Amino acid sequence: MSALSFRNVWVEYGNQVVLERIDIDIASGTFLSVVGPSGAGKSTFLRLILGQERPTQGAVFLDGQAFPPEPGPDRGIVFQRYSVFPHLTVLGNVLLGYEFAERKFSARLFGAARQQAIEKSKALIDAVGLGEHCDKYPSALSGGMQQRLAIAQAVAKQPRVLLLDEPFGALDPGTRAQMHALIKPLWRDLKMTIVMVTHDIKEAFGLATRLIALDRVRRDPQAPERFGAKITYDLDLTRDSVVPVLGFIRAEAQA
Amino acid sequence: MPRVMNVVPPRGGRIMLAMLPFLVIAIIYVIGSAERRAANPDDKLLPPVSEMVATSKRLAAEPDRRSGEYVLWVDTVASLRRLVLGLGISAAVGLALGLTIGLLPVAGAGFGTLVAVLSMIPPMAVLPILFIVFGLGELSKVMLIIIGVTPTLVRDLSLEVAAMPREQLIKAQTLGASTWQVAIRVVLPQIMPRLIKCVRLMIGPAFLFLISAEAIASDVGLGYRIFLVRRYLSMDVILPYVVWITLLAYLVDLALVWIGRRAFPWAFVMEAR
Repeated sequence: MSALSFRNVWVEYGNQVVLERIDIDIASGTFLSVVGPSGAGKSTFLRLILGQERPTQGAVFLDGQAFPPEPGPDRGIVFQRYSVFPHLTVLGNVLLGYEFAERKFSARLFGAARQQAIEKSKALIDAVGLGEHCDKYPSALSGGMQQRLAIAQAVAKQPRVLLLDEPFGALDPGTRAQMHALIKPLWRDLKMTIVMVTHDIKEAFGLATRLIALDRVRRDPQAPERFGAKITYDLDLTRDSVVPVLGFIRAEAQA
Repeated sequence: MPRVMNVVPPRGGRIMLAMLPFLVIAIIYVIGSAERRAANPDDKLLPPVSEMVATSKRLAAEPDRRSGEYVLWVDTVASLRRLVLGLGISAAVGLALGLTIGLLPVAGAGFGTLVAVLSMIPPMAVLPILFIVFGLGELSKVMLIIIGVTPTLVRDLSLEVAAMPREQLIKAQTLGASTWQVAIRVVLPQIMPRLIKCVRLMIGPAFLFLISAEAIASDVGLGYRIFLVRRYLSMDVILPYVVWITLLAYLVDLALVWIGRRAFPWAFVMEAR
């Protein structure tokens, strides 16, 4: 179970209102896409769930519970860049999550415990298609491979919510399509809630089961920072009758 | 004819080009030395190479008539011990403080300004205090190096930590890491290459402090020897010692590069990009 709910959330930086009156319930197992123009508070929305930022007013709940205002292992994240650790190999990157959990002080595993963790990590690395690159450092991987690694790393902790912050924004179209084909089955198998911020409308419609658009509806030309963004569209994409949007074929992502 | 900026010398040519300035300097010295000798057979300022070689041999291979020690080696061991101790302790302290100040906003607010102010104290100005407090022995010389080198290391390393992508620190937290775990598994390994770079740059200042301290109060050491024979205008000792000190500094530098490459291969891969 991993339902998210926003209750009358406002985010303000001094005079500037970024988000206003965000009220939304996200059911457990939803794949939610968040779209909107630059500066509409998409990333702020994500950071609220991450715990990196707290609402000025209102509250965010995970399964009805408030969570501490800092990142934690129940909410995984994949950023557009810098998501993997450059000083660790592919295997080391995935292993790190297990090492954090099992050794509080040394954060290193040895012997049999390490072997077990390595097996679990290898299974995940295989699942994202990096099997033959286990011993490479991230700098030797392409952008798409780094994002695969970041996903494996995040999934290793079995987070209740997986946050994706424009995860495929820096990839070329071919690689992006491969990543779509990777993330959708992962989401379906692991039954976690995914919140994805993206600029790519096609991707947003193609992958998600629900889509929200954030935008500033009210605008005061004298004080453009006076009004924040709200949820302007909230679309249920689960019905199969949805017209293929902008040429994106749903089957493509589900294959 | 390609533009000059596009002319890249081949490997052999590069070594030749590197040797060329040294050769020119050597030739200028030899000519100058010969000229002065011709004018004044007792000239002390530019001793001929043969004389310097003879003196070096005496210092390195023959026991001193009074103390029975091999002067050059005794001096070298004493100085290198002080230098390595000083740089080593500075590196350890700099790493610990730099990491703490860079990673923890509380520590940054509490100590950041203090370190910035402390790093402005000219170390030579506190040398008398060190002599008074720690005496004239080894400790005061090592302390001078530590005081001179550590603040720079702390500042540079804390800036390096602060400049790390926030994404990495957040990602580590979403993997369940505590502050301590982030420090030792994410931040520490990533600033080690920077530490090596900093220590390399600090070899020069460290030698400066070492030789100053040795010149003022010591009975053995490379700096002590140079300042001792200065009274007799013994350029035939001073010049080889300067060359030897330079060579030592250069070798320490090379050793650090080598350690860095072996221990942190990922950092050099990233640099090459």
